[in-house]
Amino acid sequence: MEQVGFLSAMPINEIVFFINKVVVAGLIIGSVYALGAVGLTLVWGILRFANFAHGDLMTLGAFIAFVLTMVMPGLGAAVGLPTAFVVMPIAMAITALITIGLDKAFYQPLRKTNPKPITLVIASFGVMLMLQGLIRLIWGTAPRNMYVTPKEIYRIPFAGKDIIITEPQLLLIVVTVVAIVALHLFLTRSRTGKAMRAMSDNADLARISGISTDKVVRTTWIIAGSLAAAAGTLLAMDVSLKPDLSFNILIPIVAAMIVGGIGQPYGAISGGLLVGFTETVAVFNWSILLRPLKPHLPDWIELPASIAFVPTEYKIVVPFVILVAVLIWRPNGIFKGKVL
Amino acid sequence: MSILKMTDVHAGYGGANILNGVNMEIGAHEIGVIVGPNGAGKSTSLKALFGLLTVSEGSVVFDGKDVTNAKPENLVRGGLSFVPQEFNVFPAMTVRENLEMGAYVRKDDYRHLIEKMFEYFPPLRDKQKQPAGELSGGQRQMVAIGRALMMEPKLLLLDEPTAGLSPRYMGEIFERVIAINASGVGILMVEQNARQALAIAHKGFVLAGGRNSFTDTGQALLDNPEVAESFLGGGAKH
Repeated sequence: MEQVGFLSAMPINEIVFFINKVVVAGLIIGSVYALGAVGLTLVWGILRFANFAHGDLMTLGAFIAFVLTMVMPGLGAAVGLPTAFVVMPIAMAITALITIGLDKAFYQPLRKTNPKPITLVIASFGVMLMLQGLIRLIWGTAPRNMYVTPKEIYRIPFAGKDIIITEPQLLLIVVTVVAIVALHLFLTRSRTGKAMRAMSDNADLARISGISTDKVVRTTWIIAGSLAAAAGTLLAMDVSLKPDLSFNILIPIVAAMIVGGIGQPYGAISGGLLVGFTETVAVFNWSILLRPLKPHLPDWIELPASIAFVPTEYKIVVPFVILVAVLIWRPNGIFKGKVL
Repeated sequence: MSILKMTDVHAGYGGANILNGVNMEIGAHEIGVIVGPNGAGKSTSLKALFGLLTVSEGSVVFDGKDVTNAKPENLVRGGLSFVPQEFNVFPAMTVRENLEMGAYVRKDDYRHLIEKMFEYFPPLRDKQKQPAGELSGGQRQMVAIGRALMMEPKLLLLDEPTAGLSPRYMGEIFERVIAINASGVGILMVEQNARQALAIAHKGFVLAGGRNSFTDTGQALLDNPEVAESFLGGGAKH
């Protein structure tokens, strides 16, 4: 009884609005950032360079999933899930193979010359431009819909109001949780996972211990490529598929990686969620939360229609601010990663 | 029978050679000690025979096989383990994981060996779940040597295992080295504490300028007034 009284005294409309606009939205975009940043941070940990092409691997993975969806549109209905989601594992595998191919073609020959990290960064910049060009060449620039059928929308009743979450958003959260748990088990339990951590920790000693560099590098690309494809596909399912789908979120992903500490997968996950939530909090219109207080405020206070820290169109400054702040005050990130 | 034979080895890091004809031979189950002034090529000798830099002339024979310029991972499989002087643990990994990484190329069940390492280095047992980077210098050195022993090597290469350690740990490491040797593992180590090291050495190699100045048994080198004068800081002690 008391519970009901407590709830009815709460500004339910506003709270649900906050949950939908900040908690759900932050979780969604944070999950995308986290999945992207994990791959980026693993590549940096093992290969010691920032892979600028990572964002476009996400887009490429999404386009591969799109093609597979067009080829077998009815597949999803057969199992009761969106087709794009059902074909996602195949898209992940293909993207992983492409990633290994890119390494063999571009990064591996460079590694043999014992290059400075910046050389590899510039090479990845070239791969990025190449992927962007190829994607536009093959699929054009028009936005596409990953859904063959209308999106399911779930309404979770909460004190008379609805918390709204769409099917792709729910799938994204589930996939992120599964990926994090699987990655954790892989890195802490499996022989190859431990070898990856060892190589990220001390590459020379890993070699002296007989750990095969090639195998670890290949595993790293497989994980990075398949997670990128998953993140890209799920993001494209949530919004729509465009050639600049993930290039636009490369900055927040890099910020997430650095905030979490370079080379630290768990850091990348928390960094991704942190950047995601900060973005949604920053663009949230706080005026709406203050509205219920209006009757209690003196007359001479006027509530503006919009109180947001950052206007939505300038959302991209948020990860930049986080990035700069972290680099100044905690350059190793939250999880003590490698020094830049 | 000798486990290791380096014959007239020349090697360097790409520019001028640092080693200009190093000769070393030690028998199976022996302790060999390399001493000499800074820049004499002591650590370089270990790296050259472990395949970490290119041998341009001469040969390295390990366990009856020519392993000149062999890859480290193959040498590890063949029974040669190397403990570098610095950065010789995986700092973010636990003590136990460090030991597991030492056994990376093993396919068999090596849990009994981890147990054996805890017997060799009792302080590690309580710290097995702690990241190696959080340990003291002496304990970190134990982890480093333990990692190298996980392959049950025939020959263990130690590069200045007591560098920067307190006298207490220094004595402990020397004791462990003797115990490891007694269990049948050959040892070749570079050591700054020349007197202490030569005292436990079957073979001693005094290097200077990238080549052997003196080669003899450890005791004979300690007794040699010329070695004592030039390399051990003063007259021979008995």
